[in-house]
Amino acid sequence: MISSSSAKVKPLILQLPAWRRRALLMAVLLGFAALLGRSVYLQSIRTDFLQQKGDARYSRALVLSAHRGMVTDRFGEPLAISTPVESIWASPPDVTINADQLKKLAGLLNMKPSELSKKFTNSEREFVYLKRRMPPEQAAQVMQLDIPGIFMQREYRRYYPAGEVMAHVVGFTGIDDRGQEGLELVYQDWLSGKPGSRRVIKDRQGRIVEDLEAVKVPQDGHDLKLSIDRKIQYLAYRELTRAVEENKAKAGAIVVLDAKTGEVLAMANQPTYNPNNPVNISGKSRNRAITDTFEPGSTMKPFTISAALEAGNFTPETMIDIGNGAYTIGKNTIHDVHARGVLSVSQILQKSSNIGTAKMGLTLKPQALWSMYNQVGFGTPPHSGFPGEVAGRLRPWKNWVPIDQATICFGQGVTVTLLQMARAYGVFANDGELKPLSMIKLNEPPIGQQVISAKTAREMRDMLELVVQPGGTAPKAQVVGYRVAGKTGTAQKVENGQYANGRYIASFVGMAPASDPRLIIAVMIDEPSAGAYYGGAVAAPVFSKVMEGSLRLLAVPQDAPTNNVVIPPANLPEVGEVV
Amino acid sequence: MIRLFLKRLTAHFDQFLLGTLIFTMLVALFVLYSASGQSIDRMSSQAVNIMVALSVLWIFANIPPQHLQRVAVPLYLLGMLLLIGVFLFGDVSKGARRWLNLGVMRIQPSELMRIAVPMMLAWYFARREDSHRFSDYVIGAIMLALPVGLIVKQPDLGTALLISASGFYVLFLAGLSWRLLIGLTLAVGALVPLIWPLLHDYQRRRIEILFDPYQDPLGAGYHTIQATIALGSGGLAGKGWLQGTQAQLDFLPERHTDFIFAVFGEEFGLLGNLLLLILFTVIIARGMLIAANAQNTFSRLLAGSITLTFFTYAFVNMGMVSGILPVVGVPLPLISYGGTSLVTLMIGFGILMSIQTHKKLVAT
Repeated sequence: MISSSSAKVKPLILQLPAWRRRALLMAVLLGFAALLGRSVYLQSIRTDFLQQKGDARYSRALVLSAHRGMVTDRFGEPLAISTPVESIWASPPDVTINADQLKKLAGLLNMKPSELSKKFTNSEREFVYLKRRMPPEQAAQVMQLDIPGIFMQREYRRYYPAGEVMAHVVGFTGIDDRGQEGLELVYQDWLSGKPGSRRVIKDRQGRIVEDLEAVKVPQDGHDLKLSIDRKIQYLAYRELTRAVEENKAKAGAIVVLDAKTGEVLAMANQPTYNPNNPVNISGKSRNRAITDTFEPGSTMKPFTISAALEAGNFTPETMIDIGNGAYTIGKNTIHDVHARGVLSVSQILQKSSNIGTAKMGLTLKPQALWSMYNQVGFGTPPHSGFPGEVAGRLRPWKNWVPIDQATICFGQGVTVTLLQMARAYGVFANDGELKPLSMIKLNEPPIGQQVISAKTAREMRDMLELVVQPGGTAPKAQVVGYRVAGKTGTAQKVENGQYANGRYIASFVGMAPASDPRLIIAVMIDEPSAGAYYGGAVAAPVFSKVMEGSLRLLAVPQDAPTNNVVIPPANLPEVGEVV
Repeated sequence: MIRLFLKRLTAHFDQFLLGTLIFTMLVALFVLYSASGQSIDRMSSQAVNIMVALSVLWIFANIPPQHLQRVAVPLYLLGMLLLIGVFLFGDVSKGARRWLNLGVMRIQPSELMRIAVPMMLAWYFARREDSHRFSDYVIGAIMLALPVGLIVKQPDLGTALLISASGFYVLFLAGLSWRLLIGLTLAVGALVPLIWPLLHDYQRRRIEILFDPYQDPLGAGYHTIQATIALGSGGLAGKGWLQGTQAQLDFLPERHTDFIFAVFGEEFGLLGNLLLLILFTVIIARGMLIAANAQNTFSRLLAGSITLTFFTYAFVNMGMVSGILPVVGVPLPLISYGGTSLVTLMIGFGILMSIQTHKKLVAT
């Protein structure tokens, strides 16, 4: 058609060979086919991948942090509080920054510009923290630089006003606001709340264009009211720390219980650490009152004696011959250091006679004795609700041979924690009822378990009062104005299955006022090495000071009013001199 | 009377081609509205561009091809003069020397050469149509290489590439022998290692990035990555008009000009791309038919070159956006925003229509 028409008009016109035209046509069609093929590849085969890539470029999930609940003492005084801080993060693919801005930003973040720009070139990730937990006003300065791709996220920093005083009980949280130690760990779910979230579309400048789904509002955590009385805690911590220092001791612990409710009013340990900056805390972070077991020694004796009283074979006045200080059971011999001759049961406790206690305990069947120890909580965890609490060791009675039974009677061959011991003394304080422990403030006293009769419990209190009287092992545990009942313990430490020479754990467990005990305090001093090591010399003074201060703080009525000794001030002028 | 006037007015329109062009440009207006962030201003300004371009089309459709043949040489010489002027006195902007300030106005002489070069070459080969010798092709190649060399030097790689293409098409249509063609291809291939060090850093980078855009995802590869993501996330039917997130949220650079095809692909998907390719194919087919039916060698060569250059525009732009060609600054013909490129295109289509419609007058 082409050739015929054009041939007529102008025969000399240049003709393009047919194959050349076809080649041209083919080239055009091939070109478009290639584009179509590419289009099919991108839009059908790779479409899922690319769609996902596209979505990642505009939709983002924002975390809305929840406010972690406050930990307070029993009166609502804060022990752990969260204050808002801001974290600065970047989305490297979206960051556009010039040299000047980089310098300013690095200055505000206290980083080197080179270090900072390295973070931006790490473009594999779409979320990089630049600086966590900045003061809000400083973070606001960063945001004022108005750099695209740099964002701010609200977080909370945990602050512990009581610091090292409460460290072991409250514990601390990690950088992600999760509990790491102590009650912060135990009550993580209760305190933490639920973070909210917001899914949004952002444009290239990082501006939020719209919400993709309903905003999930963060649910703030609950507050936690502990049983701790902050003032008693401070007092206990102060006196413990002083005693540990004065006696050059390795460690120490103190527990103050409300005798009526089983609430822990104070619990302190040495060594301790600062939970606001928990670094190098290994060896310091243990809540020894709960996690460390030791052979109690003489503080065990009241339970042996009360078992014997309960069995009905003895009264406090029953006389027992303890001989000349040595008593042989089979191949073994047990000793008394001070006590000699014939003593009443009361005197055996007052003088802390090993032989007398063993003789009384040996009159009982092993099972009866074991069940007394078991019922007051030895060998089982105290269920304080605290992480890492241990049960201590109370071997099954079936394995006891007579010498085992004799030594367990005075606290050897058995291990306890200080908290277990404090709780067990509640049996004497509460007329035979053992209360469960609580670290959380209770509104009503819980119902306990009757372990011994009220009569035996009162008899025990009366006898334990003698311990702090002149002639007892712990006159230093006295508190002016109150009757005190308690017991010393001095135990040689066991190392590698052997009793270690010159290494002791001195302890004192007691209660006051003895007529109707309100508080139980247990003190343990580990390896006092400044000379004195008896419980009566090392632990009893701590008990006395903490008990005195606490009773006063709680305004507990006195049950042993001192004689009204009024000493007139020396510089008071005589009436007669008044002119 | 009025009917006569209208008939006179539209006498030199190729109605089929004109209809297809107008339809394509109307579609483009909608895409532009979306790509410009729903800017009515942009859209109406492009509508004005279209009106102006169509007027230019009408003017060129009414100029007989013989007149064009006559002005071919002076136009080419003027263009060369201006290019040399740019080379010597041109204004520098964005690191390139492309504009010439004539006191009253600033002009970009390379735009003129888009039409002047194929016209010049068509004129030359039409004059020598009796006997095309090897030397003719050498002379043709030199006439092509002079302006292209100056434009590469500016540097404006995209325009240089397209002008070379338009000139090459004339040579090819004039019967450039296969042996010469292969030889030329080999020569160009051999020149690449020689030219490579002469290229500007950013030009080299663009070619490197083509092979691995993720090498520099925030810098030179950014365009390609964003564009392929936009295209790919369109899927079969697209996200719908105004619904393309890459485009609407500002992730796509130059999305109303060179990268408008990515917006189109994201919002209308594979089916939209297919439609666009069909429209382009129809326009090209019509152009080829006009070339085949042309009555003299000048018209035939010019029409063929114009049509194939249009194809080259479309192919290079779409290939660049979909990531099979390097990023060069070539707008998508008829679709991208911009008056200059539209006017240049319409001059070409006007010439096509003139060739088609004046043929009949000559024949009678």
